[in-house]
Amino acid sequence: MLLSTRGLSKQFVGLRAVDSVDFDLPEGEIRALIGPNGAGKTTLVGMISGRIAPSAGRVIFDGRDVTALPAHRRIALGMAYTFQITSVFARLSVAENVALAARRRLKGSAVGSAVEAALDRVGLLPRAGQEAGDLAYGHQRLLEIAMGLAQRPRLLILDEPTQGLAEGEIEAFKTLVREVAQESTILLIEHNMRVVMELANRITVLNFGAVLAEGTPAEIHLNAEVQAAYLGGVSDAAAG
Amino acid sequence: MRVYALHAGLIVLLFALHFLLPAYHHGNLARVMVLASYAIGYNILFGYTGLLSLGHALFFAAGLYGMGLGIQHLGLAPAPAFLLGLVAGAVVSGGLALLALRTSGVAFMIVTLMFAQAGYLTLLYFGTYTRGDEGFVIAQASRALWGIDLSDPGNRYLAALILFGTCLLLSLWLVRTPFGRVLVAIRENEERVRMLGYDTFAHKLAAMVISGTIAAAAGAGYGLLFGYAGATFASVQYSIFPLLWVLLGGAGTVLGPFVGTLFMFYLIDLSSGITTAYMLIAGVVLVALTLFAPQGLMGEVRRRLWKGLP
Ligand SMILES: Nc1ncnc2c1ncn2[C@@H]1O[C@H](COP(=O)(O)OP(=O)(O)OP(=O)(O)O)[C@@H](O)[C@H]1O
Ligand SMILES: [Mg+2]
Repeated sequence: MLLSTRGLSKQFVGLRAVDSVDFDLPEGEIRALIGPNGAGKTTLVGMISGRIAPSAGRVIFDGRDVTALPAHRRIALGMAYTFQITSVFARLSVAENVALAARRRLKGSAVGSAVEAALDRVGLLPRAGQEAGDLAYGHQRLLEIAMGLAQRPRLLILDEPTQGLAEGEIEAFKTLVREVAQESTILLIEHNMRVVMELANRITVLNFGAVLAEGTPAEIHLNAEVQAAYLGGVSDAAAG
Repeated sequence: MRVYALHAGLIVLLFALHFLLPAYHHGNLARVMVLASYAIGYNILFGYTGLLSLGHALFFAAGLYGMGLGIQHLGLAPAPAFLLGLVAGAVVSGGLALLALRTSGVAFMIVTLMFAQAGYLTLLYFGTYTRGDEGFVIAQASRALWGIDLSDPGNRYLAALILFGTCLLLSLWLVRTPFGRVLVAIRENEERVRMLGYDTFAHKLAAMVISGTIAAAAGAGYGLLFGYAGATFASVQYSIFPLLWVLLGGAGTVLGPFVGTLFMFYLIDLSSGITTAYMLIAGVVLVALTLFAPQGLMGEVRRRLWKGLP
């Protein structure tokens, strides 16, 4: 198991955002994490990556209990996290954004080629010299992904990466994720059910902070409980 | 390449001015160079790392008194006294960083301000040694560095140039290293830097020690070259000055601290020649500058003329 959580919980004032989640993710898998708005998905991966301190529970990464480690140490162990709310360095160039991600593991001229490779993969290479803040929203999402790629993580956590992408860009994104999955395990939070169904090996459904169901895309598709809690609502949202 | 040519060019120009300037401006420029070194130190923390300190006078004074008391009471020669000043600056800034970096934003400003104020009061309290507000003169005899009399205007100018040139090139080099790039990224978005796997606390700590040590070098240099140490240099005023200089010259530019210090020095110098209400003139010009060049003089140059200016 590359990643496990046991009893992971987050209590906000008057709200249990994540409620005792036991979660297991084997190496090499593409796992989708889905659930209605406010289900606790971002909070859960926030606790996994160390951005949010849990109220209870443990996180085990690569056989090691990392619950007490600060975020930067967990990232250094091989996690990468892309933000749901785009969080690039707006006043720095696109290339420098990716270089910052790459420089943690590389030095000297290797940085430049890693930056080029990551930007090329998401199709942003022609914009390498631009200021990141000048990019269109969808391109900023792609830049977030490039920053994740440049870290060569063992676990890549993507929080709603396709939000704001055009139809053609979503196709390219699917191809990209399949490629990246050759080297990294992927935990993908995603509202676009077509993307989820096509990409994920398995799906975990979160509802009111707790795991509602887990299974292959086909199983989840047929699960009546999931249908009731979630899928009905979302196909409307995806259409709208 | 162009970047290094520009910055080395300034140093060469200042060297040439040593032979060209009339005595009055020659003396002014020596003082400006030392104060600009102080501003360079301040700029590392404020301009590049994005941490607004209101307590840098503490570091300047740590250098000034580390050096001055070393000469006065320990009988040190200028070189080891200067080193003692640097060590004092590094220790004080490291200590304050460990406390103040637990906070951010306004709280960081208040904590640095309060500790600097405590440092100032400490200097007054130990008036027997520090001579408090009145200060003490560092005798000409004890300001001879390897036989070179630093009170001589020519030597003083060149020593100031060496100090300034070292600080300038050091900061130019620093902000272009991977470490310096991380500082800039922290200024832009600290949370994101942490989530890229960098220990942002360690980076900010290092930035504050480097910044404080450069400020201390300027303080120690000031005492050695101008022969005086007084508690005024530890007062709030001397924490505000580098902030103003850096803002005027351009925060987060390598040349900004020098440009800002020079500009402000001559602004006050010239306007006080015209009228006794010179602070009024200076104030009006400062307001105009913040309106029309909010990123400071070199910040405007970067925006309009040269995007890659470090
Ligand atoms: N810092 C916070 N303080 C208080 N409540 C919070 C905080 N962050 C999140 N919440 C609440 O916790 C719940 C879970 O939020 P979270 O962002 O994890 O949901 P999500 O599944 O990612 O939703 P979405 O699909 O909209 O991104 C929500 O009700 C949210 O309002
Ligand atoms: Mg979310």
